[in-house]
Parts: sequence; C-alpha cells; structure tokens
Amino acid sequence: MADAGDRAREEFFTEAQEIVEAFSRNLLSLDATLKVGGDDPSLVNEAFRAVHTLKGLAGLFGASRMGMLSHRLEDVLDALRLGRMPLSAQVLDMLFAAVDVYAQILGAEKAGSDAPLPALEELLARLDLSSSKGPAQPNLVVEYEIDPGLLAVLTEYEEHRLRTNIEHGLGLYRLRVQFELATIDRALEDIKQRAKRHGEIVTYLPTGESASPDTIELDLLMASRDDLATLIGTLGADHVVIEEVPRRRRPSLAIGTVPPPGLGGTLVSLAPLAAGADALADAEPHLVEAAVSLKAVTQTVRVDIKKLDHLMNIVGELSIVRGVLSRLSERARSDGQRQIAGEILRLHRSFDRRLGELRDAILEVRMVPLGQVFDRLARVVRQISRDVGKEIRLVITGGETEIDKLIVEELSDPLMHMIRNAIDHGIEPAAEREKVGKPAAGTIALNAYQKGSHVMIEIEDDGGGIDEEALVEKAVAFGRVSRADAAQLSRPELLGLIFAPGISTRDRAGDLSGRGVGMDVVKTNLSKIGGVVDVHSERGIGAKMTITLPITLAIVSALLVRVAGQVFALAVSSISEAVVFERKGLRVVDGREVVSLRGATLPVCRLAEHLGLPASQERPARRFVVVTSLGARRLGLVVDAVLGQEDIVIKPLGPSLSRVRGLAGATELGDQRVGLVLDTAALIDELLVTGEKSATEAALDG
Amino acid sequence: MTLRVLVVEDSGATRAYVRAALSGGQALEIVEAESGFEALRLLPRGRWDLVITDVNMPDINGLELLSFIRASERHRTTPVLLMSTQTSERDRERGLALGAAGYLAKPFTPEELRSAALGQLRAGEGGGQHG
Repeated sequence: MADAGDRAREEFFTEAQEIVEAFSRNLLSLDATLKVGGDDPSLVNEAFRAVHTLKGLAGLFGASRMGMLSHRLEDVLDALRLGRMPLSAQVLDMLFAAVDVYAQILGAEKAGSDAPLPALEELLARLDLSSSKGPAQPNLVVEYEIDPGLLAVLTEYEEHRLRTNIEHGLGLYRLRVQFELATIDRALEDIKQRAKRHGEIVTYLPTGESASPDTIELDLLMASRDDLATLIGTLGADHVVIEEVPRRRRPSLAIGTVPPPGLGGTLVSLAPLAAGADALADAEPHLVEAAVSLKAVTQTVRVDIKKLDHLMNIVGELSIVRGVLSRLSERARSDGQRQIAGEILRLHRSFDRRLGELRDAILEVRMVPLGQVFDRLARVVRQISRDVGKEIRLVITGGETEIDKLIVEELSDPLMHMIRNAIDHGIEPAAEREKVGKPAAGTIALNAYQKGSHVMIEIEDDGGGIDEEALVEKAVAFGRVSRADAAQLSRPELLGLIFAPGISTRDRAGDLSGRGVGMDVVKTNLSKIGGVVDVHSERGIGAKMTITLPITLAIVSALLVRVAGQVFALAVSSISEAVVFERKGLRVVDGREVVSLRGATLPVCRLAEHLGLPASQERPARRFVVVTSLGARRLGLVVDAVLGQEDIVIKPLGPSLSRVRGLAGATELGDQRVGLVLDTAALIDELLVTGEKSATEAALDG
Repeated sequence: MTLRVLVVEDSGATRAYVRAALSGGQALEIVEAESGFEALRLLPRGRWDLVITDVNMPDINGLELLSFIRASERHRTTPVLLMSTQTSERDRERGLALGAAGYLAKPFTPEELRSAALGQLRAGEGGGQHG
C-alpha cells in the first residue's frame, strides 16, 4: 500500500514477526502452566492481544490472509479468556500450528505471492470446528459500590476478570497510588506482582492530574482473598491508600452497559485533584519541551542489517588506511626521517584505537541473544515429542548469550535437526529407560556460553549414546572408510563419521530425522557460518554435540601467509600454532606426508602444490607449518612465510573462483592488493576424510 | 502555529501508518507515544490540538486515557479520536459516552484518518480554545 508509506510497510513486517514470536513464547508458557495443572488468565489475555494486534495490522496493510487467520484465532482466544471455553492440549496445538502458518503468510506477503497456502486452509477449517462457543454468560450483577467512572472504562476482559473474582468470593479493594511518571511502568508492574499473592489487580485508571507534573495518581481496583489489614501489611506505603469497596444493599448496578448519565459529573468531581495544575497550564510550551518529549519516545531504531554490513565494509577499508600509515612510518624511519616516523606512528596508534572502538560498536549492534532461536526450538521439541510419543524435558540455559544476527538466522535449521536427531536416535522409549533406571522423561539440555571470541552451544541428551559399532558398519557399507582404516580410527574420528554423507545409525521408515536432511548437511551448513561440531558420546549415558561458532561473521582475525609469492589469509580461529618446517622430519606414511609434532604425527599439505601454484622462485631459508584444526582433526599447511596477523573483512569471490574448493573468499590487504582467504575447514575435509587415502592411519601412527 | 498531534498506539507499524497518513498537506507536529504511560508523561509537556489513541493497549487503555484527558483541567477540551479493531459496538458507545470526538474502526484508509483528524483540528482552530 503506497499510501501508508514504504517505511510503515517495512515496519509492519518486522513488527508482525516480533508479535508472532512473542505469541509463540506466550503459548510455550501457557503449555508449561497447563502441564502443571495451573492457569494464568493474564497469559491467555496476552495471546489474545497478540492476535488482536495482528488483525489490526493486517487490516491496515492489506494482508487479508493474516487478517482472516487472526480473526478466527481472536474468536477462539476471546472465548478462552472470557472463560467460555476451557484451554485443552488440542486447542493449544491449533494455536501452535498458527505460529507456523503466520510465518508462511508473512513469507508470502513479503514475496508478494498470492499462491494458496494449504496449511492456512487446513487450520482455518480446524478453527471453525472449535469455535462453537458455549453460551455467553449473562452479565452478572455486581454487588459492590464501584466508582462508575472506573466501570465505564473496563474492557470486556477486565469485566470478565472482575466477575470471575467476585464469583470466587474475593473481596474488592480500591488502591489510590501516587506514581512518579518516569518510573510508573516498573512501579506498577511491581505492585501487580506483589498483589498476585493475594489476588489480582483488575484495572487501573489515572484519576486526573496531580499537584506535580512529575507524578500521577492511579485508582487501582483489586480483587483479594485476604482482608484489608493483610493488604495494608504487604502493599501499604506512604504513597498508597487502600480501602475496601463496600457491598451495596440497594438495587445493583449492571455492568457491561453504557455508564449512567451522571457519569460526567462523577468524573469532573475527580478533577479537583488537579488543583495545582492550572498554573502550569498557563505556561507557554516551548521548543525545548517538544524536543524533550520527542526524545522520550524514540529510544530504539530498527536498522536493516545490510546497512551495518556497509558500515563494516567501511571499517575494513579504513583498516587499509591504517596499514598504509604503519608502512609509511616504517619507510620514513628507514629513510632516516625519525621525527616524522614517530609522528605517523602516534597517528597510527590513535587511529588504530578509534577504529577498534568503532568496529566493536558496530559489532555490538549486530548482536542478538540466542534465546530467540532457543524459543523456536522449544516449540519444535514439544511438537516432536508428541509426534513420537516420547516425553522430553528441554532445559535451556544461556539464552542471553549474544551472537551475530546473521549467524542466528542460519542456526535454527541445524540446531533443530540436531535436536530431532537426539530425540529420534538418542532418547530411548520410556519403557527401555525405566528398565535401566533412568527417569521416563528424556532430558535434552541446550546450553550456550561465550568463550573468548567464540560462542559455544551444547546439545546434550541423556539417551543411549551413539551406537559406534552400527556407525562403523554403516560407514564401511557406504564406502566412507575401509574396514582396515576403521579399526584404526580414534574415538573422536569414529564419532565424527556421523557427519559423513549418507550415514545414519538407524534407517527405520518414518524416522523423524530421516525426513529432512542428514547430519552431513547440518555440518556443512554450520561450517558455512564458521561453526565446527564436536561429538562426545557415552554408551548408555548420552551424547553431547558441541558447536563452536564465531561471535560475528563481519570481521575475521586472520593470519597472513605467503605461498609461492602470493599472500593468503587463514582464519586465526582455525589455527592452533605455527612451527618451523623441518624437511628432514618429513616422512611418508601410507602415501601421505607427515611430520612429528611433539611426539604426535601431523599430516601436512604443501599448499603451493595443492593449489597448483607455479613453482616459487623463492627459496626461503626456512618454511613454516601452520597447524589448523577442525574439531579433533588437524592438518599442517606448509607455507613459505608467516607475515603477521590482521583483521580482515571477507568478500565473496567472483563466479570464476567461487567453485574452487578450499577458498573462502577474498580480502583487501593493507597494501591495497587482494589476497585469497583459505577455507581451512574445507581443506581438512578434503584431505583428511574424503581423500582417496585416509590420513587417519597416518595420524595414529605417531 | 504548527498544530500538535499526539498519537498513542503500542504498534510501531500502526504509528508509522498514522504518521504517513497525516503527513503531506498541512504541516503538523506529530508526536508518538508507544504506551498509555508514555502518553501520560507527554500530556503535561505542552499544548495538544488533537490526541489520536488506540483503544486496546496493555496497561493504560485508550478509554482510560480518554477519561483522564476529559477529567484534566488542562486538556479537557482537546479532541480525542479513538482507533479500535473491536467490531462490537461496545467500545464505540463507551468511547463516545466518555466524550471521544470520533471513533475510527480499523482498518481505515489513510484518507479516512486524515479527514477525521483534519476535521477535528479545523473545529479546534475555529474555537480557538487551546492554552
């Protein structure tokens, strides 16, 4: 809708997405409450508000499918929150289904597609069947002398809560509370929480301007199981006045209708509270006030991540300037211009520090908590555990750990698949678990934490662990490893076979994990965002997968090396050390060159030959072995020189080079030349497992 | 004098929609509040020629805000337009009984919003009773 402005439309998508996510979290809380037999009416009301807002947005922005779905959901949730329909697991299932349908609708709207969405049709049909509501409750008569001004502003939901509380025999109390305007949100939340022990705060109404423009008085209507004295004990304070709302003896006032004509008078009579405000009203507003007030409402800005990428690219280009400064200083020094050299060096240092700060600030903006992804996973776990009939307890810790937004986006599929794998292959059926003395419900622990410049995510289950024999059989059958080699595999290498293409420890039809992709794809997708997976397993006790991820993709700390006269960059995160290459230590084991490194054998790759570079004119006095690792596997890369460490921004390769294995991209170097970035993970994969000759035997030979 | 409009709405996209609908033509100063609380903080900070508020907001809802504005010495004459998705007549009746100047049922077109808002602002200018 051009009228509404493109910005508004953009905002619409972001906001709708956020609301759907909040809706989904809300359903998870509802599910948890339902499981322990509890009930929290405010949760249902929040869910109602979410679809209500979505319906309003859909109307404004012409998203008719979203409007239709929201409208039906609103009916169901309205019936739930007004107590006309009980909340059951089936109803909750439908609501959960709606989360996915919303995602489909939003995707289609964004793409401008009108193609039919079968999932939507199906859900609408299910919702139709369910929304046969019970009869509407008659408007109950309220036996209390409640301020008509308060009754007039009750929403339908608040009216319902009021009725329900009275039905349950709770007493009504009125709290007059002075709030500081600046902190009213938190202060009110605090009172609401404290009130929960005794009952519920049904509604609150600002009563008029108070003497000071910085404070405001609210009338709170509260239903309580406890008496006035108790309430005063826990809620009373200097700025809180609590009184009981008396029951009326006269004919009662029906609520749910338009307030009586006398209402206006009642409200006006509240106005004297604003006695001191008149003087203020005369003061002319001026520009400063307007500026202050605007500031108060615009605390956050939504930014397209591409804009941050652009900023980061500029930082990358400024890094080149920094490199030039450093070289200039060296040249001036070698020319004997000591003073100038010193000045440039100082400039370089200050520039370097500021650039670092700028970079960190941009990175910080890109960071989002992993909890976003974890919440989605919690929903999936619930679904899967119902589908396969296994009870699963998902324990999430470290959801507050922050990581690059782009990495988060790419994480949910691999994580989802790993969890499916754990539920399907890891967690045993309840009967089997009880036989070995485990609790019937399986536990999957999802834990995240930061470790240096990496984020670690662990997925641990208390299932049967990986069946290593079956895994080896499968790997041999698929030709991933020869039987002779298999016998020589170390445990990490053996467990790593789970990521080899086509391997799965069980292939029963209908396996959840068999539905989509294999673990090899999980691993590939993770490595695309710089992630590595390690597997640990203990037969009968459980398995643990640990994913190591960089905090950001925007900047990579790289080691620059020279091979056959060309400069290459290697991600420092994949390097454990660099040692001098001693030719005499080179041995050939099973067709693969290896060296000894502190007693262990390290397979090596001569990069120049591997990459097919023209023979170097360079005859360096000594070469180096850069030791890279991927999970438990290590590979030494033989290079002519180690040039130093630099932070680089990786740019994608052009089409001619992008299919070359082992290259991750290109980067601009300080001297304005372009260097290639080596993909060490791909090199290790290529040379150590899928190579014609397994290097594992060699690796174990030491 | 630039006319000042306070838009109270918890949905950012809807605020942007309202802002887009009101921009162009007559210059208005549009101030956004993302909650009833925010509106309560902004209200004392000057003169308002029009308040446009959503009804269904968490915490302080639009009806409560309206009732507060009507009871306030300073803003009792400021016109208030309500916006709501509620299909029932209930909100509309209650809002009008509390003294709302108008009621916009969502979805409304930008033109509908603009003409309702400008109508109120013109009436206000004619009365010249703001201070």
